[in-house]
Amino acid sequence: MTQTRTITLTVNGDSVTRTVPVRMNLADFLRAELGLTGTHVGCEHGVCGACTLHVDDAPVRSCLMLAVQADGASVTTVEGLADSGRGAALRAAFTARNALQCGYCTPGMLASALDYIDTGGSADRAAIREHLSGNYCRCTGYQAIVDAVCDVIEGRVTA
Amino acid sequence: MTNPLNLFDRPNSYIGKTVPRPDARRLLEGRGRFVDDIQLPRMGHAAFLRSPHAHARIVSIDVAAARAHPGVIAVFTGAEMAQHVEPYVGVLTHLAGLRSAPQHPIAVDIARWQGEPVAMVIADSRATAEDAAELIEVEYDELPAACDAETALDPGTPVIHPAFGNNLAWERTVDVGDVDAAFARDDVTVVERTMRFGRHTGVTLEPRAAVAEFDPSEDRLTFHYSGQAPHMMQFIFAKHLGLPEENVRVVAEDVGGSFGIKIHTYGDEVATAAAAKVLRRPVKFVADRAESFMTDIHARDHVVEGRMAVTADGGIAALAFDDLTGIGPFSMYPRTSAIEANQVLNLTGAPYVVPNYRATARVVFQNKNMMCQYRAVGHPIAMAICDGLLEDAAAAIGMDPVAIRRRNLMRDDGYPCASASGMKLADLSHHKAMDRLVELMDYDRLRAENAALRAQGIHRGIGFCSMVEVTNPSPMFYGVGGAPIASQDGATLRLDAGGGLQVASSVTEQGQGTNAILAQIAAGVFGVPIERVRVKTGDTETVPYGGGTWASRGAGIGGEAMLQAALALKSQVLDVAAVILQARPDDLDIRDGSVTDANGTPRMTLSDLARTVYYRGNELPSDLTPELIATRHYRVTDFPFVFTNGAMAAHVEVDPDTGFVRVLDFWAVEDCGRVINPQLVDEQIRGGVVQGIGGALYEECLYSPEGQLLNTTMADYLVPMAGEMPDIHVAHVETPTRTSVLGAKGAGEAGTGGAPAAVMNAVNDALRPLGTSIWQMPMTPERILKALGRV
Ligand code: FES
Ligand code: FES
Repeated sequence: MTQTRTITLTVNGDSVTRTVPVRMNLADFLRAELGLTGTHVGCEHGVCGACTLHVDDAPVRSCLMLAVQADGASVTTVEGLADSGRGAALRAAFTARNALQCGYCTPGMLASALDYIDTGGSADRAAIREHLSGNYCRCTGYQAIVDAVCDVIEGRVTA
Repeated sequence: MTNPLNLFDRPNSYIGKTVPRPDARRLLEGRGRFVDDIQLPRMGHAAFLRSPHAHARIVSIDVAAARAHPGVIAVFTGAEMAQHVEPYVGVLTHLAGLRSAPQHPIAVDIARWQGEPVAMVIADSRATAEDAAELIEVEYDELPAACDAETALDPGTPVIHPAFGNNLAWERTVDVGDVDAAFARDDVTVVERTMRFGRHTGVTLEPRAAVAEFDPSEDRLTFHYSGQAPHMMQFIFAKHLGLPEENVRVVAEDVGGSFGIKIHTYGDEVATAAAAKVLRRPVKFVADRAESFMTDIHARDHVVEGRMAVTADGGIAALAFDDLTGIGPFSMYPRTSAIEANQVLNLTGAPYVVPNYRATARVVFQNKNMMCQYRAVGHPIAMAICDGLLEDAAAAIGMDPVAIRRRNLMRDDGYPCASASGMKLADLSHHKAMDRLVELMDYDRLRAENAALRAQGIHRGIGFCSMVEVTNPSPMFYGVGGAPIASQDGATLRLDAGGGLQVASSVTEQGQGTNAILAQIAAGVFGVPIERVRVKTGDTETVPYGGGTWASRGAGIGGEAMLQAALALKSQVLDVAAVILQARPDDLDIRDGSVTDANGTPRMTLSDLARTVYYRGNELPSDLTPELIATRHYRVTDFPFVFTNGAMAAHVEVDPDTGFVRVLDFWAVEDCGRVINPQLVDEQIRGGVVQGIGGALYEECLYSPEGQLLNTTMADYLVPMAGEMPDIHVAHVETPTRTSVLGAKGAGEAGTGGAPAAVMNAVNDALRPLGTSIWQMPMTPERILKALGRV
């Protein structure tokens, strides 16, 4: 039950070594062990998307990945995005469109939306809605989020 | 001094403008401050063992193995916890006859719903606490359960609280005019429907969460709370944990969605506070998603038998219905679980002239999770009853649904007046809103297009809802009935030495943008750039006393208090400035952070003024006593509620082969009085509409006949996702309320209140040519196929 293992990974550019219970998921590791509380947990079963972040540049649900599986990987959380400036235009567009209310879905929403934008997604509202359908937002009704993503893709907002 | 009439077009007036929220950047950069983000030294983590049965006697409970588990700090059974917490009863005196039984945070002797806490474990981590909870041995004697509200009052049904003799919690009847005579007329057409509204719940993306700290040296509890009503919780913890009220501090920083879910007294949260007190160390409890589904309050769960009589020209002759609602085994504390049924009686038909009206509500106990106030309390039921029957009647007499509304909606120039149920109404604009809606959606073109598509086998429908929303409640909502719930709110503005404002308000922020609109009002009315305003909300220790944010009251009540406090501080500052500048206060103004002449020429900066007062008081006459801080409170008087109105329309496509409904378009025209921040209001409406669409089409807490909740994951309980939602078109009519200078009414619940009726009407418009209609929400594909006789 409480077996542990020592892992070394890069988190937001910093090398981190910790001994963790093997059953601890990546979201809990980041939040509880590293104090990176920007990663939010809404369901812990891979449905809501709140915990989405980037592992080796691919979007991952950090509640579905064990911390030990991230051994050797490079993890970028919402704090890392802010510090590096990546996604600044998207954050500006979210602000301008009020694409967040309570902000609980926002870190995961940003990670999924950035993935869409950075892999060349088009400003097609239906396609954006489809791409974001793994991220629940209970507050906004999604329209402002779609608007914000379109604004970035069509160059209406820059960082 | 500023004439209040000019308040809204002054320099620095941010009222009526879209201003980005000060909290946005923080949340976008991962710097939110949610309860689960808090880590404290020596903090224990709580997990609850919960009843697997809907109704069972706890014969024995053995916690020895759990206590002995490494890492466990403490274990509490219900009986042990009961020694530290005074039980609570969810009744209010103005709901005459409402009854409920005393409730404990953890079940003692009998568990009455699946999910009720049975034992609490506190350990060095949540994982350890859950491991230990699994080691607790409980022997249950399962009791027959009363799960179905529709049979709860039958003689053979087990009685949940035997002392009451039956499962009735409350009933009320409203009877106005002569309903029987109206239905008996031979010149009316009568429609009659049984409507069912499933149970659903809030699904806040951040689950309920609590961190309780107790300092025995000061007998002081600090409760970090993901919720909407800090002062209410301060009273509740003080009373039920036996602490002086002033020694209880309730802090609500970022709240990850609330929607009414987080405004009630939950046993697991009370137990968390009590455990911190007993253990003299911090305790954290965060509900997991299964716990959220099982124990966050559920809402709706109504069965309504409704009838409407209309004359040949579409006039409503009478409206009558019986409403039955199941609320779980207790009435929720302290707001009670009878408010929703009460609202249904109060609100049904309120947009229309209804000469004869009779409504009964019966509220019954059952062995399911508790039901209580969730966003748009009662509104979706009330609007669906009247607008559903109205469109049904329109179809029966061959009248257009817009035309029948124009025939029956109260006249815009007829206010103030009262609804059939006696609600005082003022400053509403149903006809204007409907005109705007019809224009916005290009109604005639859409009708023609639907008709053409119908010929091609595409089944589209349009449905409407004309609605009222209860906002800005007065003491008549809760306080009058003895609830520890403030209806007044306060605001404080302090001018600091640097010339900026520190403002505090007793309304709270859960993402609506409360903090933004408070800053807009403070900056605009006082006269500083908005960047110079810092807003504090959600802390009983530092904000004025007030009710918090619920019932769409933040902008209207909290905003007016802020406006009045800003006017007061401005007047106080100008008194000081007049002495320093040797001028008359009336000849001075405050603009852009400076005291100016009436024409706007700067005379001295606010920071110069404040530094003179704070640092160099020797330069002031000794009889001048400057006050650079002002507090004002505001409550609604003369009206129990300030109603808003709206007109909404849904455009849907029904696939008769699969039963799937797609919402193609949605329009909402809302009159919430003066709009403080158009973007925030529009986003409230959109978010609300989407929750309303969820209730209409997807969301339902499904129970087995034995009272087992069947869908406790987000994969099984469907909430609207981006892919299936339409863009939502929002427009406004602005009729400011006469009850305040600000003139703002609430907007947070309209979408959720009105969308279900509009969607149901649209689905029925699509189904009617296929010879059927549906009167049950959510309108799932299976239910639509059943209505079509295809399964
Ligand atoms: S918390 Fe990971 S998907 Fe919901
Ligand atoms: S902003 Fe609250 S869940 Fe998305």
